[in-house]
Amino acid sequence: MTEEIKTSDGKKKRRVLLDVKNLKKYFPVRAGLLQRVQAHVKAVDDVTFFIYEGESFGLVGESGCGKTTVGRTLLRLLPATDGTVMFDGKNLFDLNASELKKLRRDIQIIFQDPYSSLDPRMPVGESIAEGLRVHTSKNSQERYDIVVEMLARVGMRAEHARRYPHEFSGGQRQRIGIARALALRPKFIVCDEPVSALDVSIQAQVLNILKELQRDFGLTYLFIAHNLSVVEHFSDRVGVMYLGKMVEMATRRDLFGDPLHPYTQALMSAIPVPDPTLQRKRIILEGDVPSPLNPPKGCRFHTRCPLVFDRCSQEEPPFKDYGNEHYAACWLLETGEQGASKLIQGKVSAADLGVAG
Amino acid sequence: MSVAEIDIKALEAEALLTDKPEALIVTYWKRLRRHKLATFSLIMLGAVILLMIAGPIIMSRQTYYNISKNEETLYARDTQDLANRNAAPSADHWLGTDELGRDVLFRLLVAGRLSLFIAFTVVFVRETVGIFIGALSGYFGGWVDSFIQRAVEFIIILPLLPLLLTLSSLLRGVQINFLPPEWSQAVVIIIILSLFGWTGAARLSRGMALSLRNQEFTEASKALGMSDLQIIARHMVPNTLPPVIVNATLGLGGVILLESALSFLGFGIQQPVATWGNMLQDVQKDMFTAPWKALYPGFMIFITSLCFNYIGDGLRDALDPRLKL
Repeated sequence: MTEEIKTSDGKKKRRVLLDVKNLKKYFPVRAGLLQRVQAHVKAVDDVTFFIYEGESFGLVGESGCGKTTVGRTLLRLLPATDGTVMFDGKNLFDLNASELKKLRRDIQIIFQDPYSSLDPRMPVGESIAEGLRVHTSKNSQERYDIVVEMLARVGMRAEHARRYPHEFSGGQRQRIGIARALALRPKFIVCDEPVSALDVSIQAQVLNILKELQRDFGLTYLFIAHNLSVVEHFSDRVGVMYLGKMVEMATRRDLFGDPLHPYTQALMSAIPVPDPTLQRKRIILEGDVPSPLNPPKGCRFHTRCPLVFDRCSQEEPPFKDYGNEHYAACWLLETGEQGASKLIQGKVSAADLGVAG
Repeated sequence: MSVAEIDIKALEAEALLTDKPEALIVTYWKRLRRHKLATFSLIMLGAVILLMIAGPIIMSRQTYYNISKNEETLYARDTQDLANRNAAPSADHWLGTDELGRDVLFRLLVAGRLSLFIAFTVVFVRETVGIFIGALSGYFGGWVDSFIQRAVEFIIILPLLPLLLTLSSLLRGVQINFLPPEWSQAVVIIIILSLFGWTGAARLSRGMALSLRNQEFTEASKALGMSDLQIIARHMVPNTLPPVIVNATLGLGGVILLESALSFLGFGIQQPVATWGNMLQDVQKDMFTAPWKALYPGFMIFITSLCFNYIGDGLRDALDPRLKL
């Protein structure tokens, strides 16, 4: 399956495992004596994307842009306000309780905080076996065998099964969380910032385990992160979110090599380059992210976009394919002008050293 | 960004060599035994219970010289000896006799059965009910929580004693056919005391559940397909145990005393049936002539409450995996 993705520039037809259309999630804000709904926080507002089977789809964006909410809504941990999510041909939001329970085997989640994602009073083996308890009629010995196998998969030993979460380090706990998600042999795993709470050396270890598992079990990942280097290392395709909207979606190579949306370009310019002689121009965005309670009209990004023009504040740009499945939402792309949406033209060379931020 | 590859084959091979872990209950037992006071209390309580079960059985086959009947009589709870009232401890009556000449030791042991049975059952029932209701309330939140909390507050503001008196007088005539009359009385008391005692445990466990339900492991369980009730039973309840256990053990002595207060007012378990509570109340009128008589039931209540407290302490530590013991 990995091979198939590597040759994705070829014309191979790949199966879409998860197809999200117009997903919306509004959180009501209640206030006053009668607890009436005063407003809505539009955490996810009309997000559309799809994930091919066997790939890692990276979802990036700054804090509060709704990445995590997307993940939770896909798992139906939060009820969606609107939209459809087709998984393997079934609409997730149409399932009844028993169908949903059946589907839970296929979709799992890995959490960000390794400290609160394991029950402190339950030996980790029990935590890992929990899904098996719910979905299978395996006896305790059979469950234990699977737990041991899963622990081995994430590089831990059988004797760890009877220990409690507090006896492990953050990285180990995260691996236990992976083992728990894996025990039911899901097809699709939502990784909700799985490495952002870990230190760098452990991050690499956990990412490698995830890669290895993807290869061995043919997993599909939705990889939610805010660390662009991690996403670049890990993902096959990447989506960029800003204030509850998807602004750009492309293959990793396209997105990192030729970002179309000004916001994505600004994000890219913030990636630290591990070479002191190779400096890039840093695009510094003015102002703060507007409140999702009252998002700006038109393009969500127009309040901070250096290339803003009048149309941006009036109409919302369409999220369109601009060739080679490179989706973006920007009016400048609609003008059809080459490089119209580019903040910095041409290649940045050593001559820019003096002006670099 | 590369780390050494993990040798999964070797790990799997090693995994096959280690055997199944010991049962959790065994682990808890081992940890409990490391708490010296709790272990000692457990032995002590075991001894007291054994004495209360075996003591009357053995004694009821022995005889003593009953002065009023002028013959050797078998020990019994209700056999009076009016010629030998309020006697000091002797070879026949190790703890003396009461104001009707009944053997105090025998009564004390029989009373213990009932008192402890009531105390245990009431505490067990009300803490169990309280944990579940509290966990339900905290886990679901919203209107379920509001409804349960208003009910809890309603029960708390009710003046307890008048209510207990009314209820016990209403239920006085209730007889449970397959039980001897004194146990039937005890069951009524248990129901009444349990009915109004679960609020403390409910509040404790609600507080814990409120903070637990937002933790990621609860979401993980949902994602794994566990139902709400399964999550409450497997995650909420175990996590709320420690404060509730302490609450329960501290409450045990209180239940014995509450039962005695009811008996004193004539609404609890009635003479000639003995409980530690009504024995204690019974000697009040002799407070100035024979104060030592209050010591017997008082000491038993003291010892058992103390033992419960230490066991609770040990249990709380044993059930908390984060504590190194």
